[in-house]
Amino acid sequence: MSPVILILLAFGLSLLGWLAARSRAWAFRRADPKARLHSLPNFHGWYVALWIGVPALLFAALWSVISPMLITAHVMADPAATMLPAFGFERETLLAEARSVAQGNAFGVFNADAQALVGPYRTAITLYDSIGLVVTILVAFAGGAFAFLRLKPNFTARTRVERSVMALLLIASLVAVLTTIGIIASLVFETVRFFGMVSPIDFLFGTHWSPDPMSSGLPDGKDYGAIPLFWGTIYIGAIIAMLVAIPLGLMSAIFLTQYASNGVRKVVKPLLEILAGVPTVVYGYFAALTVAPLVRDAAQAIGISSASTESAVAAGLVMGVMIIPFVSSMADDSIAAVPQAMRDGSLAMGATTAETIRKVLVPAALPGIVAGVMLAISRAIGETMIVVMAAGASANLTANPFESMTTVTFQIVAMLTGEGSFDHPATLSAFALGMVLFLVTLTLNFIALRVVKRYREAYE
Amino acid sequence: MTDAAPVGERSEVQARRHAMMERGLAKRRSADRNFRWLGFIAVAFSGLMLLFLLVNMSSAGLAGFQRSELRFAIPIAGAMQIDAGRMSQPDPMGGLELAGLPRVVDDAAKAALGPDGADMVAEGAWREVAQKLIDNPQLVNGSIDVSLPASDDLASAQRGEGDAADRQVASKLVAEGKLVRAFDEGFLSRSDATSPQTVGIWGALKGSMLTMFITLILAFPVGVLSALYLEEYAPKNRWTDWIEISINNLAAVPSIIFGLLGLAVFLALFPNLRSAPLIGGMTLALMTMPVIVISGRNAIKAVPPSIRDAALAIGASKVQVVFHHVLPLALPGILTGTIIGMARALGETAPLLMIGMRAFVASPPSGFTSPSSVLPVQIFLWSDEIDRGFVERTSAAIVVLLVFLLLMNGLAIYLRNRFEKRW
Repeated sequence: MSPVILILLAFGLSLLGWLAARSRAWAFRRADPKARLHSLPNFHGWYVALWIGVPALLFAALWSVISPMLITAHVMADPAATMLPAFGFERETLLAEARSVAQGNAFGVFNADAQALVGPYRTAITLYDSIGLVVTILVAFAGGAFAFLRLKPNFTARTRVERSVMALLLIASLVAVLTTIGIIASLVFETVRFFGMVSPIDFLFGTHWSPDPMSSGLPDGKDYGAIPLFWGTIYIGAIIAMLVAIPLGLMSAIFLTQYASNGVRKVVKPLLEILAGVPTVVYGYFAALTVAPLVRDAAQAIGISSASTESAVAAGLVMGVMIIPFVSSMADDSIAAVPQAMRDGSLAMGATTAETIRKVLVPAALPGIVAGVMLAISRAIGETMIVVMAAGASANLTANPFESMTTVTFQIVAMLTGEGSFDHPATLSAFALGMVLFLVTLTLNFIALRVVKRYREAYE
Repeated sequence: MTDAAPVGERSEVQARRHAMMERGLAKRRSADRNFRWLGFIAVAFSGLMLLFLLVNMSSAGLAGFQRSELRFAIPIAGAMQIDAGRMSQPDPMGGLELAGLPRVVDDAAKAALGPDGADMVAEGAWREVAQKLIDNPQLVNGSIDVSLPASDDLASAQRGEGDAADRQVASKLVAEGKLVRAFDEGFLSRSDATSPQTVGIWGALKGSMLTMFITLILAFPVGVLSALYLEEYAPKNRWTDWIEISINNLAAVPSIIFGLLGLAVFLALFPNLRSAPLIGGMTLALMTMPVIVISGRNAIKAVPPSIRDAALAIGASKVQVVFHHVLPLALPGILTGTIIGMARALGETAPLLMIGMRAFVASPPSGFTSPSSVLPVQIFLWSDEIDRGFVERTSAAIVVLLVFLLLMNGLAIYLRNRFEKRW
């Protein structure tokens, strides 16, 4: 049964409980008009509704996770399951086919062997679905009855309801912490498995990267040297992209804050923001289809014969354009935070606007600008689609920007979208790369936030 | 200074100093002008890049909304044993196939286009004829004029590619008015296919909508509630510090890392839901939630304390203050942030590749748990195809995606302007 039915059931029963409890509370009031209820009738309603809905929903969630396992176990116990292959892809396919026929998602089996399992599946699904339904209703009634019997005129329903609202708020805000823990745990877990097969030294300091997801046996550590990936990432994200983004972003911010009239600013700023809102897959397509051939032709015209269609410079240029609005809005904010008196003072001394900007505003805003640049770098090295589509797959340790280069994010995608099994070091290496990426971006963000915080204190 | 002294009484030295200063001033002024130009060029460059990108995509995209169509008439009456009543029974498509509609279409193509006619029509094109018959069963009794997609070879020949023989055939058909480039109304309503002539984006679009729905119903409540907690109730202690740090960090974590999380956690919990909108939505929700929290906190912070004080003063509880007064006032700001976060999630590709949403899915998803593609991933998959026809189709899909994003951003700007309050 789809969990949706159980969830709707839980909500429906909660609504009934809410209505019943509310009318009960009104009844208290009618029975004794002089006595004051501690809480408004609505709160009595909410109290009962919570006692019905929360346990039922928890059970429904739990059931939707464990019932497929129970169903599979039930089918496995059936005599028909003995003819299944011991394990592997074929077994999974047969089971999936039989299941989807039994659930009514497919009209017939493709594989005749799966037909024998459809019957057992159907019985098991009916059995566990009805168990789920009955238990959900029982849980809801038990909770509802418990809560309903406690209702009295002086019952502190409001306090209790508000306490659970606070709990809900706290749980919601803990989701972020759980996500962080989940990210770290999943990365660390798989990375440790990877480092069980490949030495961290080879990984972090090796200069040769050519993992083969199809190879068998213990890997040769020499194939997992990630230095070329780190270099490609830094070269594209932190060097080429920043050569484009920093000057253009900074100058745009200066022009828009210091020179442009209000009307121009109002039109141009949102336009720049559109540049940041374009999906990266579109930039990637643009880079691969339009910019890369242009770059190759230009390079060949000036006599660089090794220029290829997948080049670091095409990916870096487009990434730089993507980052411009990011740098410019950070620079914009920090220039605007410089006190007006400093600007006026410089102008009053007879400095031109350009001199004021270069010698007063930019130095004063520098910590904010640096922080913005660090955030921009962190964003550029974590960027995936542009490099996947335009940078190339070969791990080159070269300084020639017209050659193809590969990056950490490219390799994560390449390793995890291939055919390799989940226990293969090539697949696991993606998690180790993800770990490195996570740590590096985290460090950059952390430093940037620190710098911004410190800098803000200096003026306010 | 120098201006104060009468011109006639200026000494030689003074005059030279004055001229030097004039030169210096002129230099400084021109430096100022140059600097200003530099700024203008920077802005103009960004603007031109945007323009170049948009024009580039939309000019190719406009061609992608068209396809090469063959126009001829198909006599149904007499060629096929089926009556109009059959169309109202279950599986009319299968009934038409059994009755020999594919053969009828092939024969009609041969009659109209010459002996190779059957190969000129794209594979599976009879389904379009069948759909017409199902929509209007009376056509069974006569003959219908159709515009069917041409085969890939013929389509590329019409664009002036492919081998010479095909090109000759194509130009002959064009001259006869039987082969035309026409607006492909089915592009928005079909799904992925192997031939650029018969692909459509409805499957991916529907997958995107289902995914966005999951993202919204998960990220919005959690985001708003945690913003309320952090802004209104949270005591200053180590726990809430951790919560704040996590949220700020999550907002800056590269999206592909969320894909790794989804792969390691969600797909391990629900291995059967590979490439389902449910898993995609859950992954994107984790990514969108911090954005909503941060914008939500700013919106809540902007509600003046006097409103809270007034509500507390007339006896409201803290929960009532927040849910009856603060939240409604902050809602427009929260919604703006939510829409921007959703727009980002809509364009996101990398995390969805990680959780396996890159399969070839030829039918639109029927629900949250059925395999599906999403728009950006569809673009990515098509961009890998070599056929020129796919290049145009990819650009057309990009145009659709950009239109959606512009609409969402426009809505966010509208909300901000319409409901922004200053106290």
